[in-house]
Amino acid sequence: MQKSADIPGEIVSTLNGGGRVEDDTLVVEVEHLKKTFGKNEVLKDINLHLRRGENIVVLGKSGSGKSVLIRCIVRLIEPDEGKVMILKKNIEELNNDELNQIRGKIGFLFQSGALYDSMSVRENLEFALRRKLKTDSKDRVDMLVREALEDVGLIKDIDKMPSELSGGMRKRVSLARTLILKPEIMLYDEPTTGLDPFTSREICELILKVQKKYATSSIIITHDTDCVKITSNRVFVLKDGKCFAEGTYEDLKSSGNSWINSFLR
Amino acid sequence: MKLDTVENAQTDVNNSSGEEPSEESAFSSIRSFFLEVSLLTKFIVRFFAELFKAPFEFGEIIKQSFQIGYRSFYLVVITGFIMGLVLTIQARPTLISFGAEAWLPAMVSVSIIREIGPVITALICAGKVGSGVGAELASMRVTEQIDAMEVSGINPFKFLVVTRVIASTCMIPLLVVFADTVSLSGSYLGVNLESDISFNLFFNQVFASINFIDVLPAFIKAFFFGFGIAIISCYQGYYSGHGTEGVGRASNLAVVYASLMIFILDMIAAQITNLFM
Repeated sequence: MQKSADIPGEIVSTLNGGGRVEDDTLVVEVEHLKKTFGKNEVLKDINLHLRRGENIVVLGKSGSGKSVLIRCIVRLIEPDEGKVMILKKNIEELNNDELNQIRGKIGFLFQSGALYDSMSVRENLEFALRRKLKTDSKDRVDMLVREALEDVGLIKDIDKMPSELSGGMRKRVSLARTLILKPEIMLYDEPTTGLDPFTSREICELILKVQKKYATSSIIITHDTDCVKITSNRVFVLKDGKCFAEGTYEDLKSSGNSWINSFLR
Repeated sequence: MKLDTVENAQTDVNNSSGEEPSEESAFSSIRSFFLEVSLLTKFIVRFFAELFKAPFEFGEIIKQSFQIGYRSFYLVVITGFIMGLVLTIQARPTLISFGAEAWLPAMVSVSIIREIGPVITALICAGKVGSGVGAELASMRVTEQIDAMEVSGINPFKFLVVTRVIASTCMIPLLVVFADTVSLSGSYLGVNLESDISFNLFFNQVFASINFIDVLPAFIKAFFFGFGIAIISCYQGYYSGHGTEGVGRASNLAVVYASLMIFILDMIAAQITNLFM
């Protein structure tokens, strides 16, 4: 990690210098990303690169643009400027069918879980799977649903409705619903928000288990220090719409910067 | 390529409204109105573009037909029966004063089939179906369920909007047929409250007074009512603002605009029908 000479008080790594990074292991490349809502400039020239098998944690205050960043990556939000490459494809240049194909390789865990209220746990998992596999084979779909639910430890709740589940269980089902599509990249939007410390830890361990079993690369947005410690290979700190610091958890912890320490204490 | 995302739609509307008060506020309101109309037009064009694309989601269309048709059935039937009964009771004294009591079945049936049946049924459905669809899609937007569909490679517009519009377009004409039938039965009861007329005689008079030109326009406009109610409700829900306020607003606007649309379409239908009478 190096201290930037031209931005006093900010700590950035060489990887975030803004130049094009040539690396075959890169699965997500975000370059010079800008997004403005009305007069509010949320993202100002963001550069972020995720390597295969890596977990990046994005830290930042509420409203610093963390969720906007990952929504721009899956193109739920259209960036104003900049480039997003997923698996070496510029998503700006893709048509709807190609975009859906790329999205099939990305898993997105929403903050609220975003389970379909009108469907049971089983139907939530089957919904996207049937469309992806383009099959009606009940046995095959059932096997995959059970396997995904076993991975998150919720096989006994397969026929429950989302309203019958606790916050932690909803997050797990949501994770199972994402994993069933066998994504290469996982985006987690505050996976531990609203959960007790014990359940938060379980979710973090689940994220690591998923990374190992499915060989995923992940971008995790969180405020939870324990989650940062457990899951991160690299931490990306956003402040005022810019990358304030980037490095490993230990690097940032020992940086001596009071603003960063207020996050990581 | 610019995607038709909720953020784009909301940003377009927000950018067009309310920045400069006083002198420019009227101008910005007009601009906002036309922008809203253009977004709704884009929404309708997208509906027709998606309508003929696979997958066709037949299961969801049947589910929504059940929700819209069967779940509104009893409300429409009860309202229709009362409508026929009350119309007959109210019309009788006037017709008696003109010595035209014998025309009561004919007058009531033409009123019900040509105008009151389709419009009242559509208004009831605008309230029940419109608010339901608007609130459901808006809450799906707020709880990120629509985004979740999108990121898993499912076309939420196709699954949520196209299916509901098809279901509503098919179900509301059927509900109108039921409402008309029950309304005439109510009318038969209304006639029999103060005089004695047989079932056969009553319905002979009814069918003798109704022509094909009475039934066809009413049935056609019911299709447009069904389409309009669903497309407006889906538009309000799909592009709703965030938070619970957005859900309430979407539900409210769905009912208001759908009801207004029914009267506008009815006025147009009346003008077109008159050309052929």
